[in-house]
Amino acid sequence: MKENSRVLSLYTLLVFIFLLGPLVIISVTSFEPGTVLKFPPEGFSLRWYKNIFEVSMFMETFKTSIIVSMLGNLLALLLGVPAAYALSRFKFRGRDTLNALFLSPVLIPGIVLGFTLLRYLIVVYGLPIYTGLLIGHTVIMLPFIIRVIASSLQNFDFAVEEAAQSLGASRLYTFFKVVLPNIRSGILAAILIAFLESFNNVDISVFMTGPGVSTLPIQMLTYVQNYFDPTIAAISVILMVLTAALMFIIERLMGFAYFTKR
Amino acid sequence: MNKRFLYLLLLPGLLFLTVFMLIPIMLTIASTFVQDGKLTLEGYLHFFRDGYFNRILLTTLRVSVVTTVLCVLLGYPAAYYISRTGVRKKSFLLALSIFPLLTSPVVRSFSWMIILGKKGLVNTFLVNTGLIDKPLDILYTPAAMMIGLVHLFLPLIIITLLGVMENLDYELVRAARSLGASSFTAFRKITFPLTVPGLIIGGILVFVGSLTAYTTPALLGGKERVISTFLYQNAMTLNDWQAASVIAVIMIVITFVVVGLMNAWANRLNPKG
Repeated sequence: MKENSRVLSLYTLLVFIFLLGPLVIISVTSFEPGTVLKFPPEGFSLRWYKNIFEVSMFMETFKTSIIVSMLGNLLALLLGVPAAYALSRFKFRGRDTLNALFLSPVLIPGIVLGFTLLRYLIVVYGLPIYTGLLIGHTVIMLPFIIRVIASSLQNFDFAVEEAAQSLGASRLYTFFKVVLPNIRSGILAAILIAFLESFNNVDISVFMTGPGVSTLPIQMLTYVQNYFDPTIAAISVILMVLTAALMFIIERLMGFAYFTKR
Repeated sequence: MNKRFLYLLLLPGLLFLTVFMLIPIMLTIASTFVQDGKLTLEGYLHFFRDGYFNRILLTTLRVSVVTTVLCVLLGYPAAYYISRTGVRKKSFLLALSIFPLLTSPVVRSFSWMIILGKKGLVNTFLVNTGLIDKPLDILYTPAAMMIGLVHLFLPLIIITLLGVMENLDYELVRAARSLGASSFTAFRKITFPLTVPGLIIGGILVFVGSLTAYTTPALLGGKERVISTFLYQNAMTLNDWQAASVIAVIMIVITFVVVGLMNAWANRLNPKG
């Protein structure tokens, strides 16, 4: 019964060629020795990979991206782990509303969020752009942190926590010694998923650029609109390798079930 | 349970989102109804009377509808195939679907610039084979945006459908088959109706995603505007923040209306939730 027909197999193959072909093409063109992107490339060269390290904008924005994504991640964890715990552990009035609020940053169009943050955080609140960028990234990471951690708390038996408390352990002690070790892989996966979400973000970052402040995706976007050499292809390959590595770790930590759940 | 403890856990996140998200959004919405110190709908009326804006809105809707339909047509059979294949192949194909999802949208849209450009793969092939004389203008058209958006959102609908198909009770299909239904009838009468809620949810994600996507239209659309690139242009190039705010509110309203309607529809079809 579970046989797939030939037509369906072929169709699926074509769908995956459409999905992955462009990424293969980018990878191949990144080795182009000439100055113009083309497919197939005219030879093999690593000059555009070298170029990434020679163009200081890429290195600087890469650094900004890493710092913002990591610091924002830390902030989102500090805010999100207690909230995810409270929302999964306790039943109380208004829980659904709060849950919806914590997940709402993914529902609001990114470009709208980016614009309002620019208008109020930077202009009205008068925060420096860098701080605004950091806060914006924290806002968009929060839902991912909360969702992934809440889903790993679903598999945690809170009776264990109660047992520890009935034996005299404090709430804080049980949280750190009993709950946290049990959801460690969920937290690590949450960190990685949120990191990717933030690192790849365009919608917020595109509004938060200023003198000396910009993230790598925004730098790439600007570069592509002005030049058409294979540098961006080379960066893309590096980013894809990093993404694949992180995806592999996420799979090891908690499988892929999180992604198929809606 | 101690109430104070609960507040302590929730308050930091709540305060953070209130100050840095809720208030800015509320104030943005409020600001669109005030002009020169007077309460007015002029900001909106101005837009809906403007032919240029209406054209952008229409392009956006058209691109999003086509993207959603194509994603369903491509994604549904692929998800169905994956759900029925063996364990190892399934996890391999699942990984191949998730990988693009985690890859930067800049990278993914850029790949289509290489393919669709004047000297791109498609044009080179068509010219070299003599099918056309001059390269086609594909890049920087709504068609390019659609292709880029289908590519962007296809993984999302595949994995959403897969989540639904994985939980499908295949005993029902087997029962129908043993009672004499052809495999097509069994699909049409059993499998398909059971996957409709997943189709709707996946469809919402793609539709709303395409309506509000920025990176792909910005890279592949050229001078063709959609609502999100129009917002950006008003905010950053023209410095018309009043207009940008009105567009932002229109986008929020469209998003919430679409999500609300489709959710209600999905719930009615699937009362168990």
